[in-house]
Amino acid sequence: MAGIDIDGITKNFGRTEVLRRVDLDIRAGEFMTLVGPSGCGKSTLLRIVAGLELQSSGSVRIADTPVDSLRPRDRDLAMVFQSYALYPHLTVGENIAVPLRMRRLKGHQRWPYLGAFMPGARGIERAIAAEVEAVAAMLDIGHLLARKPGQLSGGQRQRVALGRAMVRHPKAFLMDEPLSNLDAKLRVHMRAEIAQLHRRLGTTFIYVTHDQAEAMTMSDRIAVMMDGAVLQVASPDTVYNDPTDIRVAEFIGSPKINVLPAIVRPDGGLAVEDSVIPVEAAAPPGDPVKLAFRPEHALLADPAQAALRGRIAHVENLGSDILVHVRVGESGQPPLVVRTAPNGHRHEIGEKIGIDLSSRPPLLFGRDGKRIGVGAARRREVAHG
Amino acid sequence: MSARPTLGFAILRHALLLLGAAFMLAPFVWMISTSLKPSTEIFLDHVRLWPDQLAVVENYTAAFTKAPLLWFLLNGVIVTISIFALQVLVALPCAYALSKLRFKGKQALFAVVLLCLLIPPHAISVPLFLLFHQIGILDSYAALVVPFIISVFGIFLMRQFFMTVPDDLIDAARMDGISEFGIVWRVMLPTAIPALTAFGIFSVVAHWNDYFWPLIVINSEHLLTPPLGVAAFRNQEAGTDFGPLMAAATIVIAPLVIAFLMAQRRFIEGIALTGMK
Amino acid sequence: MVDHALDRPLTVSTPVSDRMGRWVRLRQAMAAYALCTPAVVLMLALLVGPILAVMALSVTDYQLGAKSLAFIGLENYAEMFGDRVFWISLTNTMIYVAIVVPGSVLLGLGVALLIEAGDSGKTFYRAVFFLPVMATLIAMAIVWEFMLHPQFGLVNLLLKLVGIAPQNWLTDGDLALYVLATIGIWQAVGFNMVLFLAGIVSIPRFLYDAAEMDGVPSAWERFRLVTWPMLGPVTLFVVVITSIRSFQVFDTVHVLTKGGPNKATEVLLYSMYAEGFEFFRSGYAAAITVIFLVFVLLLTVVKTQLLDKKVHYQ
Repeated sequence: MAGIDIDGITKNFGRTEVLRRVDLDIRAGEFMTLVGPSGCGKSTLLRIVAGLELQSSGSVRIADTPVDSLRPRDRDLAMVFQSYALYPHLTVGENIAVPLRMRRLKGHQRWPYLGAFMPGARGIERAIAAEVEAVAAMLDIGHLLARKPGQLSGGQRQRVALGRAMVRHPKAFLMDEPLSNLDAKLRVHMRAEIAQLHRRLGTTFIYVTHDQAEAMTMSDRIAVMMDGAVLQVASPDTVYNDPTDIRVAEFIGSPKINVLPAIVRPDGGLAVEDSVIPVEAAAPPGDPVKLAFRPEHALLADPAQAALRGRIAHVENLGSDILVHVRVGESGQPPLVVRTAPNGHRHEIGEKIGIDLSSRPPLLFGRDGKRIGVGAARRREVAHG
Repeated sequence: MSARPTLGFAILRHALLLLGAAFMLAPFVWMISTSLKPSTEIFLDHVRLWPDQLAVVENYTAAFTKAPLLWFLLNGVIVTISIFALQVLVALPCAYALSKLRFKGKQALFAVVLLCLLIPPHAISVPLFLLFHQIGILDSYAALVVPFIISVFGIFLMRQFFMTVPDDLIDAARMDGISEFGIVWRVMLPTAIPALTAFGIFSVVAHWNDYFWPLIVINSEHLLTPPLGVAAFRNQEAGTDFGPLMAAATIVIAPLVIAFLMAQRRFIEGIALTGMK
Repeated sequence: MVDHALDRPLTVSTPVSDRMGRWVRLRQAMAAYALCTPAVVLMLALLVGPILAVMALSVTDYQLGAKSLAFIGLENYAEMFGDRVFWISLTNTMIYVAIVVPGSVLLGLGVALLIEAGDSGKTFYRAVFFLPVMATLIAMAIVWEFMLHPQFGLVNLLLKLVGIAPQNWLTDGDLALYVLATIGIWQAVGFNMVLFLAGIVSIPRFLYDAAEMDGVPSAWERFRLVTWPMLGPVTLFVVVITSIRSFQVFDTVHVLTKGGPNKATEVLLYSMYAEGFEFFRSGYAAAITVIFLVFVLLLTVVKTQLLDKKVHYQ
């Protein structure tokens, strides 16, 4: 168990800059998720930590020791690959044993057929077999040890890959989109299992995914990456409710956060479409800003009393919730989505409706996409007034 | 990559590969070098790569005049092109039927194709020779071409390729009122160009270089294919005139080698098909 | 669908579409037969017929030009098995195969691994090693003959430089077969290299990453853990193909040695050629062909088995 410090990592592939001065401190025993759209550099960062890729500049420290000059073998990390990367010609048991055999047996003891007769080999092999069985039992794949990976289902292969990573008790686990090859149902199940595994092992996990739901459900902290940079590092709750950048707000959460362009008025309020939202933006008057709120942080209301008004464009009934799409104003804005509980009321398409934002302060983002403060003092009064 | 190759390894790699390359290229280099030399410089007791006195014109003129080399090359072109064209003409319709049409006996026919795939061409040379003798077409273009116009490998290859063509494409053609014959040539042929190119290279290279069968059936000088031609040239000039002989060898291998150097990837693909056969 | 049909009581049978369907099917079948006819006729005349004929011929005394032929049972085979030359020929063929196969397979693998081990010069090396596969073997055989010329050949001249006595490469009975095998290797390496290159490229990169994470200590261990097992099927395939191809050695023998000196390079196909097309003993040549066929078919069956197992390690 060890903390991992990523310090000013840059990576260029030819002329393209894949990572730009990434700093990230991962605490010992933490479940850290790197999340972002494909091509944001998260996998490259993971491979640099693993030692599979060499950074252009910057440094990685594991347990306060710089590892930049170490081969992957000497960094004492384990990795679970998206494709599992099991050796197809070896049985499940042999696959799990590889990391141990490579480290504990000497070259001549690994000779095919003859190796086992070399002095000392037998004892080591026996110890390895016992450890492999223990790990397999823990992952519930003990009965599969003699099979080849080709005979296993996706979920079983996933476990074997986990087993191969766990058997060595590494300082940290690196996981590169380990669930993306599984079907949706199994993915949800494995999420829970991996999270439990982390709790049981207590080891540092670095988990890479493009799926924000995976990031939200499993992590201690999330690092949201975009265009080769880390935008925000925080707990799932903070990233969701308190994003520091519009891109983070838009990436995290499903359905997506609602965003409306607005202009700051001289009195600090916001002009949105044809209405005025009475909040106090910490930005100079006349500045274009973005107003954002999550679907569950708004309420449908009487159009006469609400901050925003529009017509219902589409209704999605999810059973537990209903998503009401409201088109506001005449401009080509995508409809705003409001999540409501099913309360027996039927929403008609084309119906005039208002959106009430008073239950929770909306998020404001400046011209550069960074978060701006919102004063709440007058908001309540005016909204209800 | 994780394995960071050291400079030492890079040097070792190139050293070994260059050593192998030297062995591979030696005959080509020596052939071209000799084809440039006058005979006084060919018969030396030491290695001389580049002649003091160039005899390019003499040697290559001799190669073209002492034997009808140009005629041999033309024969090669006529034979390989005819073989390939006829192979396509026969194989493509059959491959289409085997992959896309439903008819009784389809499985059996395909089984026969697979069995015929096992027959090495050398193994049927005796009866084919007798047959051609019987019908009197030995020592003719027909004798060079006819045995190869049925390419079961071509049928097999095109059938495998056609299996990957979506049925919708064919149904759309049928809706447009194109007959099954029309579909073969107007729909399937254009889609099959990549596979046909590979097969074409495979076929042309194989028959341009073929020696065994032409050797058996051809006697007349005017029908010699390039390999036979260059062999005959050697027999006439045995041991005396290496300059023109090497010039002739250079000329015979030149068309394919130049084509190969210009379209390496396609050629390698095409030749690698031999492995499937 | 079936349930539906049962539920429905006695609908008037064969709706229009069904009749249309049958007519379409019939027309399709007719088209198929028309499309296949040329291929089928030619296949029977030029492949199936001759292969049956060769077996039939092998039990007759037919000679080209003879007015009649007689069934002589296995006499041709008896003569063949009693003939010293046949056994020499078979042995030489086996020796040739036994040298060319390991030689060209190992070199092909080595070259492919070296080419893929770096970035520079890939296309160049690939082209160079593949060149002999492309070049007309007969022309190159004649070049080799000149290179091996006892007095003025490059090989002896080079040997002289390092102080080795010149050899009569093609006329020395102890050397000739090995010289031919060397030319055979020279010609086959590039082909095998290409198949190995394809095999190496198709090994997924992530297996090498996994091996690195699992702690392979050296390039050799990485080769043993990933490359070699993943190339296993390709290697088997290459071995069989090279066997089949080198079993058919003929061109170099015919041009360079004519089976000599003193039968030292007599190989199966050359015997068959000499009997069938120089002495015109068609029946006897057919018997040799059958033996040749048996070997090639055995190898081909092995290959087909391998090809069918497209999905390895299942």
